[in-house]
Amino acid sequence: MDLSPLWISLATSVTATALTLVIGLAAASWRERRTGLVAALIDGIFLLPLVLPPTVVGFFLLLLFGRNGPVGKFLLQFGATVVFSWPATVIAATVVAFPLMYLTARAALEQVDPHVLQAARTLGASEWRVFRKIALPLAWPGILAGTILSFARALGEFGATLMIAGNIPGRTETIPIAIYFAVEADEIRRALAWCGVDVAISLVLLAALYLWTRPHGPFRARWGYR
Amino acid sequence: MALEVGIQKKLADFTLDVTFRASEAPLSILGASGAGKTMLLRCLAGIESPGHGRIVLNDRVLFDSEKRIATPARDRRVGMLFQNYALFPHRTVAENLAFGIERDDRVSRDGKVASLIARMHLGGLESRYPKELSGGEQQRVALGRALAIEPEALLLDEPLAALDTHLRSQVEMQLQETFAAYRRPTLLVTHNIEEAYRLGEDLLVLSRGKVVAFGAKEEIFRKPPSVEVARLTGCKNISRARLDSDGMVEALDWGCRLRVAQTTAKPAKFVGIRAHHIDFAVPAEARAPNENVFPCRLSESSETPFRITLFLTLDSRTDTANQDPLQAEVFKEKWQRFRNAPFPWHVRLAPESLFLMHD
Repeated sequence: MDLSPLWISLATSVTATALTLVIGLAAASWRERRTGLVAALIDGIFLLPLVLPPTVVGFFLLLLFGRNGPVGKFLLQFGATVVFSWPATVIAATVVAFPLMYLTARAALEQVDPHVLQAARTLGASEWRVFRKIALPLAWPGILAGTILSFARALGEFGATLMIAGNIPGRTETIPIAIYFAVEADEIRRALAWCGVDVAISLVLLAALYLWTRPHGPFRARWGYR
Repeated sequence: MALEVGIQKKLADFTLDVTFRASEAPLSILGASGAGKTMLLRCLAGIESPGHGRIVLNDRVLFDSEKRIATPARDRRVGMLFQNYALFPHRTVAENLAFGIERDDRVSRDGKVASLIARMHLGGLESRYPKELSGGEQQRVALGRALAIEPEALLLDEPLAALDTHLRSQVEMQLQETFAAYRRPTLLVTHNIEEAYRLGEDLLVLSRGKVVAFGAKEEIFRKPPSVEVARLTGCKNISRARLDSDGMVEALDWGCRLRVAQTTAKPAKFVGIRAHHIDFAVPAEARAPNENVFPCRLSESSETPFRITLFLTLDSRTDTANQDPLQAEVFKEKWQRFRNAPFPWHVRLAPESLFLMHD
């Protein structure tokens, strides 16, 4: 059996998770300082990929990254096409996983006692240092939970990926897409095997998530922090 | 060494409008909850923006609304002790202390942390996390952490509020020790009258955002400038007053005529005496001509472990309806000596303990 969908799926999910982690954290800490209508609007835009059907997200991405789309045209100047290539699977997975990262990161950052951050400022710390040395470590358990959820979501991404990356075996064929086309081709055993792989990975991740976030998990016991 | 403050900030239901100057002597800021005390400290530390006014620390302008200067908290060099201490829960005691001086080289930093550990009596706790410390220890870490950056001013927000009662006197002594060594502008916010008196040399009384008294603490307690300050500094007995032509003061709510040692520039409309200044005269003494001695009866009492508060009604009263009882506070040992004496008892309102107020 060709194992390439497994490697493609893992590479895509790891890359997409790393991207959502950075973008999600930046977005969450940026949004934390906004209130009112602006905050509501930002939240709406950021959370849209969570509620829209993945095919709609995929279609928008196609419009954006396609040969005639604004980003696609720009990239074409450098001789790069994104659509129907491996990076397209990463883009699809990132966009779809982003809201989960954003939501959990924001909730985790909001949980940090503002007095502690203010104390750090009065001690001469820059905003970046306050974030890196205080906010981030204190919000870390929540952020890690968001990372695991994002990874699981990226691994399961199907609709948007199919729209923008298609099904090119060995390049863009991830596990969910391999399953779909195996069923289409009546290769039930192959479909079943990939389903088993997907279930196993997801189960391990969710178990890790529980172990990490339970009340007496690794960090919380000693710090006694919330 | 001086902190000059003149700021106005609009709050939800009043405007914080405060002007004062603090030098080396620790300044207690006394006020009821919600008087704007904490907000004042937050404005000075740079956590909140005052909106209007000027803050100058040792010729360094920290805030000036006209010149559009607002130094961020990190550059103010103002140490702040938060009410809940705001320790970094994921850092050990040593790491908390070192946070503000991490740019120092290792040797100098370790030296400073070691000296803070010694000064704050934290030996042996260096690698503990805040949650593993008692309230008093947490406070010493927070204070040490603020002092580590050698701040040019120190702000303390209700430093004793979060502590168990039995720890307070010990922590108070530690604070006094720290203040004595620090000798830079030190502001201490509290709603506890005794704390304010013991820890500060000067006193600023804040009420709904306004400074209602500012000066040497002894002076404010001895002669409160207004009824409001008298109440806020714990005075229980205040009566409307009328100045008679013979120089005597008639206390309308107590029902007696008094000789008062103090004189006031403005016409006196109120007279007050602190509960512990009310004296009990033995009957023999009372029969002799004696100023400000009045027969009275006990109407109620309320006990604390060592003292008792007696609510007394003077016999001389004419209208029964409009009379406030006088509150006298005495040690129980003293009370034992006359508690079984027959009524009327005799109270003495010493002329030098009475003070007059205009408003």
